[in-house]
Amino acid sequence: MRRGALTALALGVALPAAAEPPARVVSMNLCTDQIALMLAAPGQLISVSRLAVDPLSSSMAAEAAAYPPNRGQAEQIFLMKPDLVLASTYSSISSVALLRDLGVTVVQVEPVNALSQVEAQILTIGQALGRETQAEALAAEFREGLKGLTWQGELATAAMYYPNGYTSGAGSLADDVLRTAGFHNIGAELGLTGGGTLPLERLVMAQPDVIVTSTPYPGGSRSEELLNHPALAELRQEAGLATTTDADWVCGTPHILRALRSMRDAREALE
Amino acid sequence: MKYTLPVLALLVALLFAASLLIGPAGLGLGESLHALITGQGGPVVLVMQEIRLPRAILGLLAGAAFGLAGAAMQGYLRNPLAEPGLIGVSSAAALGAVLSLQTGLAAAFALALPLSALAGAGLSVLLILLLAGPRGGALALILAGIAISALAAALTSLALNLSSNPFAAMEIVYWMMGSLADRSMTHVWLAAPFIALGLAALLSIGRGLDALTLGEDAAQSMGINMARLRWTLILGTAAAIGASVAVAGAVGFVGLVVPHILRPLVAARPSHLLPAAALGGAAMLLAADIATRLIAPDQDLKLGVLTAIVGAPFFLHLIWRMRRVEA
Amino acid sequence: MSLLSLDKLTVRRGVCPVVDGVSFTVQPGEFVGLIGPNGAGKTSLLRGALGLLPHEGRSSLSALPAAARARAAAFMPQGREIAWPVTVETLVALGRSGQPEDGTAVEEALRRMALQGYRGRKATALSGGEQARVLIARVLAQETPLVLADEPVAGLDPEAQIRTMQVFAGLAAEGRSVIASIHDLGLAARHCSRLLLLHRGQLIADGTPAEVLTDQLLADAFGIKGFHAMTPEGPVFQPTEVLR
Repeated sequence: MRRGALTALALGVALPAAAEPPARVVSMNLCTDQIALMLAAPGQLISVSRLAVDPLSSSMAAEAAAYPPNRGQAEQIFLMKPDLVLASTYSSISSVALLRDLGVTVVQVEPVNALSQVEAQILTIGQALGRETQAEALAAEFREGLKGLTWQGELATAAMYYPNGYTSGAGSLADDVLRTAGFHNIGAELGLTGGGTLPLERLVMAQPDVIVTSTPYPGGSRSEELLNHPALAELRQEAGLATTTDADWVCGTPHILRALRSMRDAREALE
Repeated sequence: MKYTLPVLALLVALLFAASLLIGPAGLGLGESLHALITGQGGPVVLVMQEIRLPRAILGLLAGAAFGLAGAAMQGYLRNPLAEPGLIGVSSAAALGAVLSLQTGLAAAFALALPLSALAGAGLSVLLILLLAGPRGGALALILAGIAISALAAALTSLALNLSSNPFAAMEIVYWMMGSLADRSMTHVWLAAPFIALGLAALLSIGRGLDALTLGEDAAQSMGINMARLRWTLILGTAAAIGASVAVAGAVGFVGLVVPHILRPLVAARPSHLLPAAALGGAAMLLAADIATRLIAPDQDLKLGVLTAIVGAPFFLHLIWRMRRVEA
Repeated sequence: MSLLSLDKLTVRRGVCPVVDGVSFTVQPGEFVGLIGPNGAGKTSLLRGALGLLPHEGRSSLSALPAAARARAAAFMPQGREIAWPVTVETLVALGRSGQPEDGTAVEEALRRMALQGYRGRKATALSGGEQARVLIARVLAQETPLVLADEPVAGLDPEAQIRTMQVFAGLAAEGRSVIASIHDLGLAARHCSRLLLLHRGQLIADGTPAEVLTDQLLADAFGIKGFHAMTPEGPVFQPTEVLR
């Protein structure tokens, strides 16, 4: 809670007075969308980003389908007459600046890079929405879930491998998920911080116990074609265990616990 | 002069070996060769046989295709600026490849990828010959090339932007610049037969190109069947460039730089330039691909970036020289 | 046996005939000068006869397959194109491409055109006159019974002009034949054994230089008058004035 308030303060955002919660809230970021969907009072949230209805990115596509989607551009959002806009610090700088110039309150939150930051994120958004009670409850529920899923034994190795050979290194949410579920992250071991590309041959040489790839999108792309590379197929076969990431991996919301659980299951299967 | 081809062949062999031995995994020399040849050695075998070998083979084949197609088109049009990348043939091939991927044709039928790239390349060569005329005047050729390149590149971007796959739009750079990163043996089997056919077709027109040194009338009077020469050139270029672009993207400038450097070494004779340009193209692409791995091993630096840095100054130099000749 | 026979050869540009029903036959041992004012159809006649232009009527050469035609007749086009800086020897040897090559034909062609000292030079670096000689040498190297040349002596200096005409006359003396379009009536009168006069696409005269270069035909076709004389060194013709 303190962290959230500090973040907001650091960004120079005046938090809305707790006494009067915002009545019309627009979320323009996939991750704030989902937390807002879980916390907002009926009728309080009036629009979510269009990614929120994409089942490959969003864990709450069905719930989000009830809301008009926005494309994250200032003109469209301004015309919705919001009291509050929820955005990420990675949202378009020009859209956020324009909305602020037009007198709209925008709360930007940092992306979550570790499981320990999820609670603060929930509380920050809860406070912005004037839904502190619900936020406290959700955060407590998350804390309990996380406790039960933390692996105590020896670590196995795992590698995240996304289209274009992209991987998650140290300091990323996926890295934290792997570590908590009982894995060394190959990406982090090879010295990557945050995200970066992992050449296929280094992945092959690292011989991870588990390879985690992404769910392919419809439509062809050379980036995803890499996931069908014969060397990767053989490596997967040797590893004997391959899992895929899905929408649950994308955001630091309570849904990340489902991703953690699938990796915990994978870790247990290796024993 | 007598040693040009053997020296080039040796250079290609060395670069091919270097391409096999250099990579981000940093394997030992003996270890990698042993794994490559015997298939013994765990993950090293996988790296050598499934990752580095196809990359090196495709570098060799696509480089030969770009170099040879440049030399052949220059010989036919009697214009040293004719190059598959500059005159839009590579972009048109990329458009063909992208359309087959985005319509799902390539997923349904694997050969659709090289075939539709081939169709794109073939159409653009036809169009170029039509627009630039038989003599291929420099200005008409370059203007026609710019128009075809721009249109093909725009349509490629459009197709990728409209794709339902979010990664497709990020691949515009790949199709424009080319890369050999993480290609597999599947790509080799898909492209190699077409590239080989194209190379064979283009190597067969040496005598006709020699005769064309004296113009079309003289060539015809010396017994050259111009219609057959033209179709061999179009189909050969389409097959070689189409299949190369389908698996490696549009790598520019190889077909410009290589013939330009090698022409003096073969006494400017078009028929002697053809095999030399094929070897030279292979050497240049292999070298560029090795350089991408040395400069930025973890970044998938695009091949076209390096070939353009080397090639664009050559292009300017050629334009400067032609300007003086034509003035 | 004739080396070339044309029967009502007609070449059209659009609907307009630029060569209009031309018939003639060339026998071995002839040096035929093809004369006529600009636009008379000399180039179209030569290209049509070789089958390089679509035509009506019959040409014994254009009826042949490309390879057989290349052995029957060599052609030197008017545009003196040399696209790449190849050596003189390489260029001359192009005339041998597709035929067995032992070097003697190239050597002989270089000798006839006095080019032995040029063999290693880059053809593109030569002067216009030297280039023309190299291109003629290429035609000679083809060693065909018939040579067609479109304005072979244009742009040459007097020595090279006379030498070229003598080379062609020499070929005729050996039993080969040459058809050369030529603007210099003086050279034509002096060296050719036969002249063909084209005017507006039609063959209006065909005979010895004395029979063709008459006052009437010169006035009709060229609109000029000329001076003739027979000298101890042979016939002399010099155009003197414009009539129209």
